[in-house]
Amino acid sequence: MSARAPRPYADPYVAGVGLGLVLVAAYVLVGRGLGASGAFATAAAVAVDASGSAAARGNTFFADHLAGGLLGDWLVVELLGVVLGGFASAALAGRLRVAVERGPNAAAGARLALALGGGATMGAGAVLARGCTSGQALTGGALLSVGSWTFVAGAFGAAYAAARLVRRTWT
Amino acid sequence: MTAPFLDSGASALGAALGIGVAFGWCLERAGLGSARKLVGQFYLTDLTVFKVMFSAIVTAMLGAFWLGRLGMLDLSRVYVPETYLLPQLAGGATFGVGFALAGLCPGTSCVAAATGRIDGAAVVAGVFLGVLGTGVALPRLQSIYLATPRGVDTLPSALGVPYGVVVLGVVALALAGFVVAERIERLGDRGSGLGDRERPDDRVPSPDPRLTGAQRG
Repeated sequence: MSARAPRPYADPYVAGVGLGLVLVAAYVLVGRGLGASGAFATAAAVAVDASGSAAARGNTFFADHLAGGLLGDWLVVELLGVVLGGFASAALAGRLRVAVERGPNAAAGARLALALGGGATMGAGAVLARGCTSGQALTGGALLSVGSWTFVAGAFGAAYAAARLVRRTWT
Repeated sequence: MTAPFLDSGASALGAALGIGVAFGWCLERAGLGSARKLVGQFYLTDLTVFKVMFSAIVTAMLGAFWLGRLGMLDLSRVYVPETYLLPQLAGGATFGVGFALAGLCPGTSCVAAATGRIDGAAVVAGVFLGVLGTGVALPRLQSIYLATPRGVDTLPSALGVPYGVVVLGVVALALAGFVVAERIERLGDRGSGLGDRERPDDRVPSPDPRLTGAQRG
């Protein structure tokens, strides 16, 4: 193995316990958990508001996400932290690399199209479910919310079914 | 003084940045900035997602439970997302389809993008467009969005079982899940794993990264 080879990932249980402690720190410090899709909702609300389109007026979903502006929103600042933390961790482990990650037989264009389409589908689901893997599965799951565990069941059930259709992207 | 301490303002935003950095760090260390590693969950070749998520849920659940029981954390002031059964089941299923197609979730897509993965940036763009479009359409989806509201509803109250018993049950379930996950991965090691165009040397039999704890990053 050359000196420039990326270092191996951490043990998943160690990383998971670390992640759980971060979540506890969030409960203790600010009385809320982690999130990701909520930051996208604020970004979307700010974009719609700035466009001045009629879609913004009377839309309570966007209005609810506009309260503090973009950089006054807790989840937006938290997600900027995620970007910084992820970058720093990868940089220190020699894991930064510009690439389209995909299987050996997949075309980059197909992978990017699935990434964009899959992302949009997740965005739709996260709005309906009021959160994603961070806000519902992790945060609400650890607080034993019924809706969060319902989300987990729906998400993983559907993901296993859908993954069969795109296996060739990865093999 | 009982936690939580910061309700709003600049100090809460400072905490947001620190908590986010730690969150992103943990996701990247676990390998969850990599879609190829993440989708191993759905093809049963690499169950890192399950192991990381459930160790995190169990840790945070035990932390919240014991800090609450010891009177150090006022759980009534910790925000629990409200339950709307039908939209959360339907939204969860929709989310799951997108998750399988994209190979990343909204949080991990930010880590993937931050570490140079262009597919991660495409997922970030997709999530933004999906949230934007669904947000615009939401006034016409109110009958689904607001269906089956149950307010703040937790498993102990829904099942009529004491908090501590549910906590114990989730711990037992997670431990059993970890045992099964390790078995599935060992069975999978004998079959074919997922390929990788970017790092073909990963496919050469090499020391299991899980066993090389000394090299842990």
